[in-house]
Amino acid sequence: MTSLSAASASSRKSGADFRRSLRAALPALSLALVIAAIAWLNPRAISYFGFTLMLNLAIPIALVTMAQMFVIACNDLDLSIGAFVGFVTCVSATWLRDEPWLGALTLVGCVALYAALGALIYLRNLPSIVVTLGMSFVWQGLAILLLPKPGGKAPLWLQAIMGVKPPFVPFPIVAAVLIAAVGWFGIMRTSYGAILRGAGGNAVAIERAGWSLLKVKATLFALAGTFGVLSGMALVGITTSADANIGNGYTLLSIAGVILGGGEFVGGKVSPIGAVLGALTMAMAASPLLTFMHIPPDWQVAANGAILIIVLAARVLISRSGTDR
Amino acid sequence: MTGVVRTLLARPWIWSFLGAAIVWLAAIAFTGGYGGGGMLTAALSLAVFTVIVGVGQMFVITLGPGNVDLSLPANIGLASAVAMKTMGDDDSRVVIGLAAALACGVAVGIVNYLLIRALRIPPIIATLSASFVIQSVDISYGRGLQIKPPPGFADFTNIQVLGVPLLAILTALFAVCASVALHRTIWGRSVQAIGQNIRAARLAGVKVEPVRFTAYALCGALGGLNGALLAGYFRGANVDIGNEYLLASIAVVVIGGTSVSGGKANLPGVWGGALFLVLLLTMLNTFGVSAGVRLLLTGLIIVAVITAAGGEKRTR
Repeated sequence: MTSLSAASASSRKSGADFRRSLRAALPALSLALVIAAIAWLNPRAISYFGFTLMLNLAIPIALVTMAQMFVIACNDLDLSIGAFVGFVTCVSATWLRDEPWLGALTLVGCVALYAALGALIYLRNLPSIVVTLGMSFVWQGLAILLLPKPGGKAPLWLQAIMGVKPPFVPFPIVAAVLIAAVGWFGIMRTSYGAILRGAGGNAVAIERAGWSLLKVKATLFALAGTFGVLSGMALVGITTSADANIGNGYTLLSIAGVILGGGEFVGGKVSPIGAVLGALTMAMAASPLLTFMHIPPDWQVAANGAILIIVLAARVLISRSGTDR
Repeated sequence: MTGVVRTLLARPWIWSFLGAAIVWLAAIAFTGGYGGGGMLTAALSLAVFTVIVGVGQMFVITLGPGNVDLSLPANIGLASAVAMKTMGDDDSRVVIGLAAALACGVAVGIVNYLLIRALRIPPIIATLSASFVIQSVDISYGRGLQIKPPPGFADFTNIQVLGVPLLAILTALFAVCASVALHRTIWGRSVQAIGQNIRAARLAGVKVEPVRFTAYALCGALGGLNGALLAGYFRGANVDIGNEYLLASIAVVVIGGTSVSGGKANLPGVWGGALFLVLLLTMLNTFGVSAGVRLLLTGLIIVAVITAAGGEKRTR
């Protein structure tokens, strides 16, 4: 399939370009579609207040999607990120509030542990799926030990940050733009960002060029850990109390967000802007849209799956319409 | 070709059995030798369920990088409800119920395959999306149903022959058949060939798509069967009955020495891995640790085992 599209690419360059730009626009298009659907179903939702409510949980989802994106960039998958976010909320709602230094130190330690995991996965050439599945138990166990029952209280400064109400543009949108910009600049515009992505595309080439793959892997995992920590802190700032199981759905949401945003599982093809758009789409499609469509709770999970399938089908149609012509 | 056979028989599975033995010894050392036999019986009866889905997952994972069935938990949940509803608390309908569960599982497998094939999306996302839909179907289908197994079927899943659960014996026989299918049939060899290099397999004339189709359908079918048996063993179906089998099915396959990047499968290892996981939980329960510590240790031990076993040597 690949060779076929490569062969036809030269003769139909403009078609390929068009297809590529359409494909690149797909994350934005799907988000626009979801917003349009909401606007059609409930015009009043399209307002400063409406977006603030609907995108309530979009910030932690966008952050966790970025975290997953860094892992996917090196052809790995983090199945523990949801449990990790849950653990971070527990730390934030207990230690970070009562003993800020201990809490901060723990969170920095978590990032270091993530980097160590990346190094371990590289050094022993381990399957990341299994390692992170194992780690999801570790994080969940630690979270339960720290906070056996849902509770705790988020530090006031975290609640204050998450409760900011900027003029004209709802805070979640400002934050999403900021997250996307930071990710985009870091991984698409810096030279080391190119190395990080390159390691996912062709690790051997990067290694022959004299870069340490160990460092690359550790860096990507550390970035994932950092964004995971930020996601957990943002989440607890919104919910104000913590729960060991609060992040369980985030693993799947984050993977879905990256893929919706145009990321690929292999080859280091990721897009921070796409990932944030994908996360926003998932956040909006997950419940506001379905509530407005009067879909019963039983079927909301199915609708999430269906949305994923539809977007991916659209992507295939776009790619295929080019090759068939 | 002999080289390939030798690699396949190079028994990476021995470690999983060794691990299981160590965990078991640690547990009976703690109890002072008391209840060792009962522990094994209990471990065997629980390991069966992991082995059944583990074998299905093994065939799928062997298809190559990215191939994995994440819809198993949802599949198991739905099939358990379908089986119990079809049996309707009536021993004479057990066979029909099992057939219904199998059919339900096969249908899930086919849906998975069609999503992967038609949408050309990574199996992880395809099976994940499918599992969302299946889960919803299960929630709305299973609501308000009285879902208890017929007494005869429930007893059947608990029969023991000289301390060995009947289901374990049957599953061992099934594992032998699956092993033959894997190593001695064209289909099994094709699965491995596809996992090693899908392009080369296609050029060599392997009918790639039919083989992938059957692997996913088989995995679905085993998930369905597992759902029915679980509902019988635990005396009732529910939506969450399959939840733990997402991690378990993948973990036993990998702990057992099957390559995650595909092309190299190991059947005895699935048994070893399953026994290891179940005995590990038994051991932690005998130690009487809290839920948090149990989760923590389970996770750490899985990571430690996989680290000790190591990954493939870098070839690419």
